[in-house]
Amino acid sequence: MLYRETGQFKTSYSADQAMFPILQDRIGIILILVVAFVGVPMVATQYTYTGLLIPFLILALAAIGLNLLTGYCGQVSLGTGGFMAVGAYAAYNLVLRVPDINILLAIFMAGGFAALVGVLFGLPSLRIKGFYLAVATLAAQFFLDWVFIRIKWFTNYQTNANAPDLVIFGVSFNSPANRYILVLSIVCLMALLAKNLVRSRVGRAWMAVRDMDIAAEIIGIRLLHTKLLAFAVSSFYCGVAGALWAFVHLGAWEPLTFDVNRSFQVLFMVIIGGLGSLLGSFLGAAFIFTVPILINQVPAAFGMPISTALAAHLEAMIFGSLIIFFLIAEPHGFARLWQIGKEKLRLWPFPH
Amino acid sequence: MSSTGRVIGDTLLKIENISLSFGGVRALSNVSFDVRKGEIRAIIGPNGAGKSSMLNCINGFYHPQQGRITYKGSVREQMRPHEAAAQGIARTFQNIALFKGMSTLDNIMSGRLLKMKRGFFWQALYWGPAEREELEHREAVERIIDFLEIQAVRKMPVGKLPYGLQKRVELGRALAAEPDLLLLDEPMAGMNVEEKEDMCRFILDVNDQFGTTIALIEHDMGVVMDLSDRVVVLEYGQKIADGTPDEVRADQRVIDAYLGVQH
Amino acid sequence: MAFFFEVVLGGLLAGVLYSLVALGFVLIFKASGVFNFAQGAMVLFAALTLVRLTEWVPFWLAFPITCAVMIVLAFIIERIVLRPLVNQEGIILFMATLGIAFFLEGFGQTIWGSDIYTLNLGIPKDPAFIMEWLFDGGLLVDKLDLFAAAVAGALVVALALFFQKTRIGLALRAVADDHQAAQSIGVPLNYIWLVVWSAAGIVALVAGMVWGAKLGVQFSIALVALKALPVLILGGFTSVPGAIIGGLIIGMGEKISEVYLGPVFGGGIENWFAYMLALIFLLFRPQGLFGDRIIERV
Repeated sequence: MLYRETGQFKTSYSADQAMFPILQDRIGIILILVVAFVGVPMVATQYTYTGLLIPFLILALAAIGLNLLTGYCGQVSLGTGGFMAVGAYAAYNLVLRVPDINILLAIFMAGGFAALVGVLFGLPSLRIKGFYLAVATLAAQFFLDWVFIRIKWFTNYQTNANAPDLVIFGVSFNSPANRYILVLSIVCLMALLAKNLVRSRVGRAWMAVRDMDIAAEIIGIRLLHTKLLAFAVSSFYCGVAGALWAFVHLGAWEPLTFDVNRSFQVLFMVIIGGLGSLLGSFLGAAFIFTVPILINQVPAAFGMPISTALAAHLEAMIFGSLIIFFLIAEPHGFARLWQIGKEKLRLWPFPH
Repeated sequence: MSSTGRVIGDTLLKIENISLSFGGVRALSNVSFDVRKGEIRAIIGPNGAGKSSMLNCINGFYHPQQGRITYKGSVREQMRPHEAAAQGIARTFQNIALFKGMSTLDNIMSGRLLKMKRGFFWQALYWGPAEREELEHREAVERIIDFLEIQAVRKMPVGKLPYGLQKRVELGRALAAEPDLLLLDEPMAGMNVEEKEDMCRFILDVNDQFGTTIALIEHDMGVVMDLSDRVVVLEYGQKIADGTPDEVRADQRVIDAYLGVQH
Repeated sequence: MAFFFEVVLGGLLAGVLYSLVALGFVLIFKASGVFNFAQGAMVLFAALTLVRLTEWVPFWLAFPITCAVMIVLAFIIERIVLRPLVNQEGIILFMATLGIAFFLEGFGQTIWGSDIYTLNLGIPKDPAFIMEWLFDGGLLVDKLDLFAAAVAGALVVALALFFQKTRIGLALRAVADDHQAAQSIGVPLNYIWLVVWSAAGIVALVAGMVWGAKLGVQFSIALVALKALPVLILGGFTSVPGAIIGGLIIGMGEKISEVYLGPVFGGGIENWFAYMLALIFLLFRPQGLFGDRIIERV
């Protein structure tokens, strides 16, 4: 079937407001979900789960969180890692200190704690914006780093924190396949909620603040309220991602997992994937996550293994140049390229 | 210029002895005038006369050091722009202030933010009442889109629209709030004759059909004299004339201000 | 009491190093409104280039060569990154410099290596005692720190002369005031950008040289730039004296808090102390101590 919207007439605003107004897109998304939930488990190996899919999905979730704040509300944050750390350690302490708590509940409550911390560090956004705010969020990052390294109570007086047994409602999620399904379900659900938010009143208020805050205020938007809501929602997503990263992906972790480099990693996903696009968060996460793997494995496959140091440097160079490239050529990242591709396809083979 | 069914009512907005200065610079001194319900009120004056500052005071962006603003019968304390919006004051800007990354539709929808009541969690679910509310407002917005004849650019990002259309979308966003008082800051600046005629028609229609009170700043004297019921003239932050277009046109001080005085 | 002054002095001298990095930021921000996150990477790159060159050629030759390299780098950055992004919002340019930072860090270490290299400037690292006339036994300081302070002072004087006395300095100040107005009276913007980025590159070289001599040339130098950010907020993004004094305050504050608060909070405070100080400043005085007031107009 060709990618066409010919013959698909929208007869109500409800149809026009739908998430995927074009039939082929709806089929596409259903196919992707079927593949993700049914197809993948039939073929995936242990490594595909633990080395690729689970970390990719969790980072995509963090990228969605940052994209809500930066891409939609226009508030640049370099504190993503810190907010993820809050999520991870909140979940850890909840499981540790609240007897018999449901792990799923702990993960989402951890998101709530991260949201609170996010709001706290979002307060300066009332008075400052742009890179001033970026610096303020760096303050959050370094402070939170320090909190989890130095205040031993949070880490239960141990260097490494350990994840609990992943048993939810009596079902064990310890096997890689089950972990994958758990993460996939949470990510799909939260991506759906995020999509709903950005296409409704809240999302429009965020974008209005991003595009022109003075005009936003004049149409009745309360700036602080709107920005803080963005910080809260964004940090909630990052917190849940952090908790999942700790519990489901790593199993045992130290504070350094969530240092400033994690913040940059997620920010790059958002920029390369596409600011202000949820699809972009997934594309960016996939890209940023796979490039280092390719750098490590492709030369080795050609019989020219490279050192880890060199691989890391090449990675930094590639990411650096890509960031510049995308900011210059296509500020909306992969997501926009994808969209342009679709537009072309829609009109193909008669582009005029 | 009066059309059928237009009723000019009581005073909606009363400005008394407003003075505003930035540092040592006086932008407005001792300005008083009023706007009556249902009328089109023009504020004119040479560049730097304090016209935009006046609008900024009315919708809460600037806080005058002296004077009193009475709106809908109650004296307004210092308020922020979003509070002014909540009380039914909408405006457009001299340099278009649209949300460039959003489509025409979303820009105008954003004008209805204050009218949408469903909470955050309903919106995250986008289901039931939240969806119904969204559709209701979409319908209202579509009426505005029809009214302004911008159906064709509904889904286009406004940053890519030509200037004249952007001005129209901005008017649409202000109208979407169904304001009681609409402030227009040079709605026709930089337009060609046709675009100006269109815009004049929209302004008159808005006033006529919705009964919206309008206060506007404009440079094109012809337009101002045709459109407005009453005109207030500012020069160097002071009011030099106030009255119907004919009265103002005949005022010696206005002629001097615009043509320059021969001493 | 002498101990307290020793702490203060040590902090001030460490602060001088922050000031050196902050100075590079201010130069670029003043002239182009770009918040250059890559300043730290430039410090690292310059230091690496210098230290590896000194393995081949004597220092007096290596230094000018590195200067030339930094100017070429400025040229490339202006051409490839800044020119296509002219008139973009500040935040886009900021993120672009993030890209530059990552690229430079990777590139520098790919060609120059990523070990720790010692840079010997011929200044003994042994401590010296100063102000023996005032304190019993004098105050203990590092000779290298004194050298750094002297270099920073000289650099500031040189920059001040450059800004105040030369034609190009005048043009720079015009551009800092208003891009479009400056362009309309015939100040070539691209050329100005090239000049400030070159100047920032050379400032980075000096900073890298001093840091490198103190700590050895290694990756962690790039992170010093992160420390310079709060300095900027404190001093104001547009003020050269602000950068200097901001650096001194941060350096001193860090040392004092580490020595006197550290035992209470368990150490490592210096990692965030500066940022918290900056955050408080942002809330109450966003333009910093000496910066231009930010006025918004409709």
